[in-house]
Amino acid sequence: MAPVADAQTEAATLQDVLQEVSEIVANPSRAQVPRLLERLSAAELPGTAEFLRAFSEREVVQAADGRFFLSRENADQTLTLIDPDSGEEHGTVGTREVSQIRPNAGVRREINASLVQFELMDPDPARRRAALASAARSPDADQIPAIAAALKAEDNADIRARMERLLDLLNARFATDTAIRVDAIEGLRGDISTEARRVLNQLLQTRADFAQTLPEDANIALIRQPGEDISLIAAYAVLADADLVPPRPGRNAIRDALRANVVDGMVGGIPVHQLDTDERRLAAYRALEDNGTLAPLVTEADMQAAVDQYVFFDAYLEPDQGVTDAAREALDSTRTLIGLFQFASLTLDALSLASIFFLAAIGLAITFGVMRVINMAHGEFIMMGAYTGYVIQTLIPDYTLSLVVALPTAFVVTFAAGVMMERLVIRHLYTRPLETLLATFGISIALQQLAKNIFGTQARPLTAPDWLAGSVAFNDLVSISTLRVGIFFMALAFLLMLLFILNRTRLGLEVRAVTQNPGMAASMGINPGRINMLTFGLGSGIAGVAGVAIGMYAQVTSEMGANYIVQSFMTVVVGGVGSVFGTLAGAGLIGSLQKGIEWFNPTNTLAAQTYMVLFIILFIQFRPKGIIALKGRAAGD
Amino acid sequence: MVLTTTDTTARPPRKSLLRENPSVLWFMGLLGLFTLIVSLLSEATGIGVISTSLVKILGMTLCLCLVALAMDVVWGYCGILSLGHFAFFGLGGYAIGMSLMYARTEIVVRDNLARGTIPPTETEVLDAVAAQIFGVVGSSELPLIWSFANSLPLQLAMVVLVPGLLALVFGWLAFRSRVTGVYLSILTQAMTLALSLYLFQNDTGLRGNNGLSGLQNIPGFLDVPQSVISMWFFWASALALGLGYLACAWVVSGKFGAVIQAIRDNEARVRFLGYNVEGYKLFVFTLTAVISGIAGALYYPQAGIINPAEVAPIASIYLAVWVAIGGRGRLYGAVIGAAAVSLLSSWLTGGGAPNIDLGFYRIVWTDWWLVLLGLGFVAVTLFFPKGIGGLFDYLVRKQS
Amino acid sequence: MSTLLEVDGISVTFDGFRAINNLSLSIGEPELRAVIGPNGAGKTTFMDIVTGKTRPDSGRVLWGERSVDLVRMSESQIANAGVGRKFQKPTVFEAQSVRSNLSMALKNKRGPLSVLRWSPTPDDEGRIQALAEEIGLSARLGHRAGDLSHGQKQWLEIGMLLAQDPRLLLVDEPAAGMTPAEREHTTDLLKRAARTRAVMVIEHDMEFIRRLDCRVTVLHEGTVLAEGSLDHVTKNQQVIDVYLGR
Repeated sequence: MAPVADAQTEAATLQDVLQEVSEIVANPSRAQVPRLLERLSAAELPGTAEFLRAFSEREVVQAADGRFFLSRENADQTLTLIDPDSGEEHGTVGTREVSQIRPNAGVRREINASLVQFELMDPDPARRRAALASAARSPDADQIPAIAAALKAEDNADIRARMERLLDLLNARFATDTAIRVDAIEGLRGDISTEARRVLNQLLQTRADFAQTLPEDANIALIRQPGEDISLIAAYAVLADADLVPPRPGRNAIRDALRANVVDGMVGGIPVHQLDTDERRLAAYRALEDNGTLAPLVTEADMQAAVDQYVFFDAYLEPDQGVTDAAREALDSTRTLIGLFQFASLTLDALSLASIFFLAAIGLAITFGVMRVINMAHGEFIMMGAYTGYVIQTLIPDYTLSLVVALPTAFVVTFAAGVMMERLVIRHLYTRPLETLLATFGISIALQQLAKNIFGTQARPLTAPDWLAGSVAFNDLVSISTLRVGIFFMALAFLLMLLFILNRTRLGLEVRAVTQNPGMAASMGINPGRINMLTFGLGSGIAGVAGVAIGMYAQVTSEMGANYIVQSFMTVVVGGVGSVFGTLAGAGLIGSLQKGIEWFNPTNTLAAQTYMVLFIILFIQFRPKGIIALKGRAAGD
Repeated sequence: MVLTTTDTTARPPRKSLLRENPSVLWFMGLLGLFTLIVSLLSEATGIGVISTSLVKILGMTLCLCLVALAMDVVWGYCGILSLGHFAFFGLGGYAIGMSLMYARTEIVVRDNLARGTIPPTETEVLDAVAAQIFGVVGSSELPLIWSFANSLPLQLAMVVLVPGLLALVFGWLAFRSRVTGVYLSILTQAMTLALSLYLFQNDTGLRGNNGLSGLQNIPGFLDVPQSVISMWFFWASALALGLGYLACAWVVSGKFGAVIQAIRDNEARVRFLGYNVEGYKLFVFTLTAVISGIAGALYYPQAGIINPAEVAPIASIYLAVWVAIGGRGRLYGAVIGAAAVSLLSSWLTGGGAPNIDLGFYRIVWTDWWLVLLGLGFVAVTLFFPKGIGGLFDYLVRKQS
Repeated sequence: MSTLLEVDGISVTFDGFRAINNLSLSIGEPELRAVIGPNGAGKTTFMDIVTGKTRPDSGRVLWGERSVDLVRMSESQIANAGVGRKFQKPTVFEAQSVRSNLSMALKNKRGPLSVLRWSPTPDDEGRIQALAEEIGLSARLGHRAGDLSHGQKQWLEIGMLLAQDPRLLLVDEPAAGMTPAEREHTTDLLKRAARTRAVMVIEHDMEFIRRLDCRVTVLHEGTVLAEGSLDHVTKNQQVIDVYLGR
């Protein structure tokens, strides 16, 4: 900070300081204002920053007694005065009772630059951080000295680092000296934040241009060879746009020219009705060209000749080659790192999608694996769970509480629905698996239409509580919404729970026994009917809970189940029937595959899905029993 | 047993297809009678009791019966629950739709361009046609798959070739790896899903979500009234259904029919008899796909529009529902199922049926039809696995 | 008698369980052979391998004069090469008539297109009648196979096997569920068939085997334990141990 000139200033309040230089405050001029700022900074009084901001915003007034106040305009054309020292209100006056001080643009710029400095010197680190952030949002060359000054006084390591980085960002763009800029750019090397890359990319912006000879002073990025880096027609069009050559008439222009020159049903000696091929039109044009009616046609050779006289190039907007070289190098240095982080981000996305697929499919895998029953209504159980969540949310307004209630309720509702369906329908069809598929499909369309009749066709909201609404960001490239993290952990919890049930409980033992050999299990006193019922209920219940999660992530509609059903089948089939880990592997494969394909062609998710399904069809060719296949006689056929 | 076709080889040496399958004669007679009655009652060729739109609905229903026949052969007789045959139906529709849409657009475009002083070149016509057709999806170039659209014979060949080749390739892959049962069903559903997703894309050259439209206008006959054109298509559909029934009856009777039914019941055993099961399945799958394609090519000009939603997996499941309700493993069952369910569906959802006021609740059929169909279907599967066709068996047995 | 089938060192493992362990045996044409062995000896798995249902982990199955390896062929190719099989549980096509079952098995062209055009010649009809006569089902040609009794289904399956006119018949427990008279008939039939072809019978019933009066191969734990006449193998101490338990 600059040393203070006037040592005698021992003013106790801001008002005192202002009164000392009241002439300057009342009539601020570009030449005088630095003195005011010096005094203020020397006094180091609280409230200085607010005063300066108000000053710059033209919100400072001088009362009739000569005292200065901050002011706030009220709706009724009056002003509320605020004491600059205490920040307390000092009464209300009419606009005409005080004189409003209106510093001009030059003065305001001075004030703003100094304001940054004041804020950056604030004793409260939080305010310093905030000041830095606001400076970073509106980068300006004027900030450089202030930040440099603040950096010298700063003792907080974190804030120092931030200041240095902001200084680099500013210097890279605004500094006048090449060395300083290159130095600053060096400082940004390896920085993967969006800001840093934006600054570097800005430095590397180019414009397309052409000239007869390559200009000496231009900072050339690329020379475009006509025919290779730029098509001949495009290059010629550039010249034509600049009025350097006559425009090349296209097919339409030729036709219009001919049309304008029809004489007695003839053009250039050719009857109009014969002009339905390009050759004849060209011949007619040539004829008109020969008798001087039309401008000569531009041939390829003409274009080549014209284009050959010029060089076409891309030049950096930044004239300093040292800067652009350094910027390019700095950007290149981060490329690998960025690639890695993008891959990490993709992996997170894939993991999140996989956990959704897993949640949607695991219930199906249980029923399919244990009972060999294809439940086409599985998607509708997901939907049922989601609508349960929605109904509960309308009853309990607190989102967290309603979620806590909704999860078990959804399980109970869909468990009951599953058990009912098993008892009423599926039980009778165990020997006819293909017909189970059809019967459950009948249930599926009935349930879907029922949901439409009850809840309407428009999507219903299922809002996640606030603590799930944000996102977890690791850096500018890798971030994931909290909800997806939640779904991931939910999938994990289900995985562990299922493994526990299947491997550590009596029910699990019986389920495994029925899976492997229903006849033998029955003869050992296990009631397969009961096991089937419970298994089906469990699978359906999980679908319901998954529905609550998916409803928060997507939207609750009567068709939401149908959107997941085919993917769920794929997950189960690819993973291998009858294995929890198989479903996990299937979900992982399909999730990462879909994200991977989307990455190559991010604009077209439909294409990604198409390719994914094709891949699955091919995959089943090579592993008809899925990734994790049961072997031997137990697998059956 | 007079009406069943399943039990044919029981009789001594084969004499003729019709002798063996009395139901074929019955069916042909009824179909002929139906066609005659509709013709006599229609606006164009009769006394005008049946409106043109109803003629179209009836013609479309005949096409649905034809695709149901194909489904019955592949599922009811050969045991392959294909959830992809409506996709083949849609492909046939797209193939004919491309030709119709192209030809009609070309006529309109030529008309427009001819108003200019100078006649258009072929390139200009082509460009204008492309811009006209693909303007809605923001493109103005004719995709490669439209190469044959300007030739009706080639595009008609596509009606057969596209579904046939797709079925051949897909079937070869699936059967070769011995995917059977529900796995195979899911795999065919995946194929259907992939196809519909492909069609839904704007940049795959079939106008994405918009589909192909204006198909009811037949180039060359633009001044023929729709009432007459609808009769032509009705007759063509009836003829196709008749021929299709004959072809299917021929396939499912005799030794070939015995082999495919044996494959349905125990395919491993058929292998040990020395039959190449995969070859038979592939043959049946491909043949029925071709029949479905032809049915689709007759259906969509009557519907006037085709879009990817028609090809969605759900449509193929509905097809299975029709066949199951009608009765699998008997050809007339498939026809009855398709006709009954699709006509009932269009009656109830088209607002033809009166709503029922219960006082406390008003039953609106458009809302409740699907619930009814779903639950009815469950009931059929549970209690009448033989479908409506099973009733005939029952009646016939009671008589004898 | 020339060698028709030579099984050479085949092994197969299911999930760590060695069902067939370096098994070698051969059968000539014509020959009648009985295969016996306790449960789990690998008899049925052996048939599965020969008929192409199961692929062995190692070894070869050589067939015929040109010694083609059956391991690389599909089930239907093997069947067409002349291997016929009768299953332990009678597997006939229950929804179809007896005639239709037999006509499907008849030795004719098996391609889809030729089957589609096929109609029975007087010759075919004669064969069907003769086979029906042989298996005692002449009166039931028009009946559904599902309506037959268990024994009749066994007969029908044997009839289908003969209709195929195979060079090698693999017969898995033919006498199960038959009356003594039927057993006798079966024995006659198999012995008659073995005059012109190779017949391999898997059976538990020693009385039945004794009546067949042929060479016997004893399998145990997936490998050949003993081979010879029935009297010879029943005297073998190892065989006695295996059957009576140690």
